[in-house]
Amino acid sequence: MLQSPPAAPPRGITVSSRAATVKRRGRYGAPAVLIAPFLILFTAAMLIPIGYAVYLSLFTERHSGLGFGEAETIFTGLGNYTRALGDAAFRGGFLTIAQYCLLYIPVMVGLSLTVALLLDSALARAKRFFQLALFLPHAVPGIIAALVWTYLYTPGISPVLDALGSAGAQLDVLGHPLPAVVNMAVWEWTGYNMIIFFAALQAVPREVLEAALVDGAGALRTAFSIKIPLIRTSITMVGLFTLIGSLQLFTEPMILRGAAPGVTTTWTPNMYAYTAAFERNDYGLAAAASVLLALAAALLSFIVTRATRARSVRRKEAAR
Amino acid sequence: MSAHAKKSRPWSLSRGAVNGALVLVTLHTLLPLGWLLTAAAKNTPDLLGGNTLSLSNFHLTDNLHALATADGGIYFRWYLNSLLYAGGGALLCAFICVCAGYAFEVYTFRGQEKLFGLVLVGVLIPTTALALPMYLLASRIGIVNTFWAVFIPSLVFPFGVYLSRIFVSGYVPAEVLEAARMDGAGELRTFWSIGLRMVTPGFVTVFLFQFTAIWNNFFLPLVMLSNSKLFPVSLGLYSWNAQTRSFPEFYPLVVTGSLLAVLPLVVAFVALQRHWKAGLTAGSVK
Repeated sequence: MLQSPPAAPPRGITVSSRAATVKRRGRYGAPAVLIAPFLILFTAAMLIPIGYAVYLSLFTERHSGLGFGEAETIFTGLGNYTRALGDAAFRGGFLTIAQYCLLYIPVMVGLSLTVALLLDSALARAKRFFQLALFLPHAVPGIIAALVWTYLYTPGISPVLDALGSAGAQLDVLGHPLPAVVNMAVWEWTGYNMIIFFAALQAVPREVLEAALVDGAGALRTAFSIKIPLIRTSITMVGLFTLIGSLQLFTEPMILRGAAPGVTTTWTPNMYAYTAAFERNDYGLAAAASVLLALAAALLSFIVTRATRARSVRRKEAAR
Repeated sequence: MSAHAKKSRPWSLSRGAVNGALVLVTLHTLLPLGWLLTAAAKNTPDLLGGNTLSLSNFHLTDNLHALATADGGIYFRWYLNSLLYAGGGALLCAFICVCAGYAFEVYTFRGQEKLFGLVLVGVLIPTTALALPMYLLASRIGIVNTFWAVFIPSLVFPFGVYLSRIFVSGYVPAEVLEAARMDGAGELRTFWSIGLRMVTPGFVTVFLFQFTAIWNNFFLPLVMLSNSKLFPVSLGLYSWNAQTRSFPEFYPLVVTGSLLAVLPLVVAFVALQRHWKAGLTAGSVK
């Protein structure tokens, strides 16, 4: 970028390319001023906390002798990491998340994709109403969604459980926290992701769909053989963000814990880190757990993006 | 569709079945909101007795009065805090994001794509995994339990920078910027008078995303704040809910308070449909 500015372009070639305009100016001032606020905050509120967490995770505090006096800070290397990974409660948190994902992701993605396909079909009425209604849960704070659902799960308070009960169906929701939390999450996110899928479906070229119709493909066949493959990128993106979001599970089980004894203080990795920090004051362990959680998220997103890229490359090669 | 296609259509795809399925999913969505609406008007015995879906026993005004006076009227202080955290935070955050997105799209500079790659990595970092390290850091520098401990982290929104870049490339033609430069406007002047105005839809979208995120955020304030006067609504309702076990009279407060906390967002989303739809599309499909 330090070369001398190019000569004025010959007539007939437009200067609309942005790179060209800026090279001619050759100034760093304006972009630096515009990016600086973000970069400073990004460093302060993301990069430094990550660095500090890694640093903290390498130390532990030990109280000398009888537990009186100043606490000593001791370098333990990877000690906190082995402690976290060796703790059955921490591993149990990841197991909870794994079970949660196995249930939640297929149900939520399947449901939002189905609804998007239904709305995209010529048969649906009142499309804007359905879209808005289904999107509304996104406007509800997670904590309030969790509160309301917890009330709806509580026998006596819940009109739904009462109605089911008088119909002879006793439903012990609070005894099964995993599906109870999955239902809350499905409620919160189905509409949001449905909008994404719907927008992607609207972008599918109409000629392709007409060609399928001419070839005699029915609505189901078109959905499975044309529409879904064409919006695969959106499906992967939604899956990836859902996976990262699932790793952070905290608010919903935290609220449900008051009513469902099956939810322990270390039910998810985030709850484990929170408990380690605020109930046991074990900051080294809490930091190690947070770093491991962030690493797991990074690793998962790397694998997912890598796998989908490999697949799309393979498809392109196969098409050649 | 032709008459022939209609005949061969499987039963599951009739108009009735399609719309029936949509109604069913929508019912599941609206049930908790409907419950919140009716339950907010109930007193403690009716609420705990499960008589919430009936429209009789209307106590909404009593509940609102209780809400305004409980704990010395702290609920509306929480509400004001939330408006400050979310409104001020999202406004500043959207401006910062648009500035950065504009710079990434309009200029070419060394290390540009590497820097943008870093922003994209930021999108993928779980924010709750960051909250705890942030707390530890904030307690080291002594800003734990202050307004800033919640406000400053909410200004950082890497996804907003990504969105802004996409919006600038769609809404700000290079020719217009070039024309402004020809007229002798400086770079920052060009950004302020032309770039920023043209990318207003993007600004509104980022604002809306971040406003929702801050309004809904629970983990960060939970970790950072212990002074209940600084709580946002979400944390305040959480602290009240924790007391319902020993004091059932807090139940109507929590429920009515929840309804009031949901309303502004629902209104915003209904009013600004065009923007959030555009934002979701720009962010996830391209």
